Amino acid sequence: MPWFEFIPLNIVIGIILFWIALGAAGLIAQSNLHYVTRILLPAGAAAGVALAATAFAAMSQEAALCVVPLGLPDLPFHLRIDALSAFFLVLLGLAATGVSLFYAGYLRAGEDNSPGLTCVQYHLFLASIATIFVADDGYLFMVAWETMALSSYFLVISNHRDAKTRSAGFLYLLIAHVGAIGILLCFGVLQAGGGDYTFATMRAVEPASAGWMTVAYLLALFGFGAKAGLLPLHAWLPEAHPAAPSPVSALMSGVMLKTAIYGLLRVTFDLMNTQIWWWGVLTLALGLVTALFGVLFAAVQTDMKRLLAYSSIENVGIVLIGIGLAITFRAFNMHALAALALVAALYHCLNHAFFKCLLFLVTGSVLHATNERSLGKLGGLIHTMPVVAWLALIGTLAIAGLPPLNGFVSEWLLLQAFLLTPGLPNSYLNMLVPVAAAALALTFALSGYVMVKFYGVIFLGQPREDKLKDAHDARGFERLGLLWLAAGCVLLGVLPVPIILQLGSVTTQLIGATISDSVVASGWLFITPIVPERASYSPLIFLVVIAAVVLLVFLLVRAFYHGRVRRGAAWDCGFPLQTSRMQDTAEGFGQPIKQIFELFFRIERHVPTPFDRAPYYQSRTEDRLWYWLYVPVARVAERLSGWIGVLQRGRIHIYLIYSFATLILLLVFAR
Amino acid sequence: MIEAILSQLFQTLLAVLLAPLMLGWINNCRSWLQNKSAPGLLQPYRTLRKLFHKDAVLAHNASSLFRMAPYIIFGCMVLAASIVPMVETNLPFAYAADAIALVGVFALARVFMALAAMDIGTAFGSLGARREMLVAFLAEPALLMVLFTPALISQSTSLNTMVATLGQREFALFPSLAYAAVAFVMVLLAENARIPIDNPATHLELTMIHEAMILEYSARHLALMEWAAAIKLMIYCAIGIALFMPWGIVAAGSWPLLPVATLVLVAKLLVAGGGLALLETVSAKMRIFRAPEFLGMAFLLGVLGMLTHFLLER
Repeated sequence: MPWFEFIPLNIVIGIILFWIALGAAGLIAQSNLHYVTRILLPAGAAAGVALAATAFAAMSQEAALCVVPLGLPDLPFHLRIDALSAFFLVLLGLAATGVSLFYAGYLRAGEDNSPGLTCVQYHLFLASIATIFVADDGYLFMVAWETMALSSYFLVISNHRDAKTRSAGFLYLLIAHVGAIGILLCFGVLQAGGGDYTFATMRAVEPASAGWMTVAYLLALFGFGAKAGLLPLHAWLPEAHPAAPSPVSALMSGVMLKTAIYGLLRVTFDLMNTQIWWWGVLTLALGLVTALFGVLFAAVQTDMKRLLAYSSIENVGIVLIGIGLAITFRAFNMHALAALALVAALYHCLNHAFFKCLLFLVTGSVLHATNERSLGKLGGLIHTMPVVAWLALIGTLAIAGLPPLNGFVSEWLLLQAFLLTPGLPNSYLNMLVPVAAAALALTFALSGYVMVKFYGVIFLGQPREDKLKDAHDARGFERLGLLWLAAGCVLLGVLPVPIILQLGSVTTQLIGATISDSVVASGWLFITPIVPERASYSPLIFLVVIAAVVLLVFLLVRAFYHGRVRRGAAWDCGFPLQTSRMQDTAEGFGQPIKQIFELFFRIERHVPTPFDRAPYYQSRTEDRLWYWLYVPVARVAERLSGWIGVLQRGRIHIYLIYSFATLILLLVFAR
Repeated sequence: MIEAILSQLFQTLLAVLLAPLMLGWINNCRSWLQNKSAPGLLQPYRTLRKLFHKDAVLAHNASSLFRMAPYIIFGCMVLAASIVPMVETNLPFAYAADAIALVGVFALARVFMALAAMDIGTAFGSLGARREMLVAFLAEPALLMVLFTPALISQSTSLNTMVATLGQREFALFPSLAYAAVAFVMVLLAENARIPIDNPATHLELTMIHEAMILEYSARHLALMEWAAAIKLMIYCAIGIALFMPWGIVAAGSWPLLPVATLVLVAKLLVAGGGLALLETVSAKMRIFRAPEFLGMAFLLGVLGMLTHFLLER
């Protein structure tokens, strides 16, 4: 027997335990910053690479099972690794590596909590996410799910001395638990009297009727939607992400939201054997609304982290659109097309993990360098923070869905899936689904707008405040973490074929079909989801042609003319008095969106009259849903608890009377 | 293989070198229509030559992004010019990027232009960038919708296949393509900074969009920007021709027919340029916040075209 046998599941369990051990090690010397940032966090990053490599290999292997006698008596934990969970473990491993490296350079003494405590919460967070992906029974899944919610809650309220942070954390915890109830009930319906809550049982038995299956699906959509930020359960996202430290926001947005996508896929395609077509249409519609809502709100934000949080809502919407299409195709037995839509959705998950982590970490670097996160007070940082600025440009172009970076690949695949819908047997769907593609195109175009605003206002132009001139660039581990994620954005964009082929095992598991055959047929250079005559895209050729032309033109211009450059004052139509205050602010850049899509926003304006002695202008843009949904629900909850609160008098003899009355009642009924 | 690459190079060079001539033709037509004396067909070439010879003046605040942007934008336009079939349908490069990627190339160029405009940090630069992105996010979905109709007809998003399929259809009026064509012309006007969205002749006015973005550029950088804009206009006309008047674009490998196809292309471009000049002469520039209505209509026409295809032509 060889001394070492490659069993992916064991290695994954080992890495989970290693992360927990790193967390525990952080407790030994809680305030020793050097120990945490130079030993523990880099070790965690290395574990991330190992996890990604192991899981990548596991994707093409058979599913493996393992029962661990932990947990309650007679209720052991079941673990299982299959292609779907392996894919999400790859995502977690790759993103966690970048974030851990960055965190090692980002953590400072005297900020928020002690380094040791942060280290515990952070590694527990990572371990719980990994556990969710390998859980094979409802019990372990919920334990890991709650651990994830709680550890991230404590990370969100790191800066707990600030009242706003505390209330953001509370909202996050509340919605996380409302969602968890949905998931728990969904598992309850799925086990359908099968006896236990293992996923194997849920796979084996089917709920009694289509009605019950629909109930299970809707509960899953509700429960996982609350975690993913699906409209209208998105309210926690723009509050919690800005409140958390930047690496935590990165992990929450890039990876934690994906646990919800994972859960939805697991329940819909794995635990349930059949799908009903209108589930897909519902998911598609919700995804579209979510994506459009997210991008419109991102366009009017003035806080850079809030902007990214809304952009996460948009991206989750895009992933859900892909899942919705996949469900619809699958329900009509169009397996190859379902596989295409699912590949688009999964690829977008991976892309989003990279570019969103990258951009959130960039905001962390900017925040540390300038102590400022309001877009209105930044600007011109490309001169003082060139490395961060150039890496951020990669993330910006990727998230805006521009070729040849990774965002465009999933966008392209998704639009291809949409263009294939005419094959659907339902003529209404035939016509309406391309219209959905139109709304999706609008979302993509708007995200370009948002990202130009994000990048242009932070990094370009003149510094809007004097203190920005002393900003320092990211160094050491911070730079390494950013570099890792930016490299991922480029590689996933330029060489998508190997990843798409690897995703074939996921679609085979969930749908029983792949697009790998047609992709393999035309070589590693081209993505061809169906046949080359139908559609093909080769990002590498794309990049090489543009780079070659740029180089050629540069050399030609130099050879035939000259490279002389003079520096002078900016022209600006000859206007001599220019200050940095004359540039567009974030509000200014978002103003056209506010005007065109006024219906979506709740705008409060205070406009001065000509007679005001101290005129001021103020405008607040808020979410209508908050007032339509959350405020009424909160009011009802408060009223109900007010009624129950009547019982609470604070006097001991009244409580004794309650006990006495209860006793009498019980005596009467239980005679 | 060599033949394919040669004809690819021929077509790309044709587009890149003829683009300023096309611009000169449009300007001349407009002058004639407006009773002005025309500057001559070769004026754009003279302007480019003058600009290349000058010393570049950069603002103190300009970063390297600002200096790189003209080259990248020019590169994007050359790539776009090599994937749109103009004289021949079997372009080898067209397999690297389909119609959706074509929209992506334009978006890439546009984002770099907007970022470069914001780089100096002047009031006009960021104003131009904001307006350009506003027009873009309205025009891009409309353009995609326009491209979707022929894509659905030809069951493909590959430009080669689309043009080949459309060119072989019988000569008849297809209502879906008629809607798409009208929408396309509207998008063309908006994306190329023409009247009624923007005025290419304007300078130093509060209404400008494209000119506001390239205000800080000079000499060779400006020349590349202007040239790239000319190529973009040329490509848009070529897309319109390829999708809505595809007759005369020859199939792959038919060398003897290539000069004929080139002549046909030139003739079509002359007509298109004249039409464009006429459109610009008879319409007035609209306020920037009327642009959403204009492009919203283009978008709706695109969607209508697609629905018509589903209702009538399947």
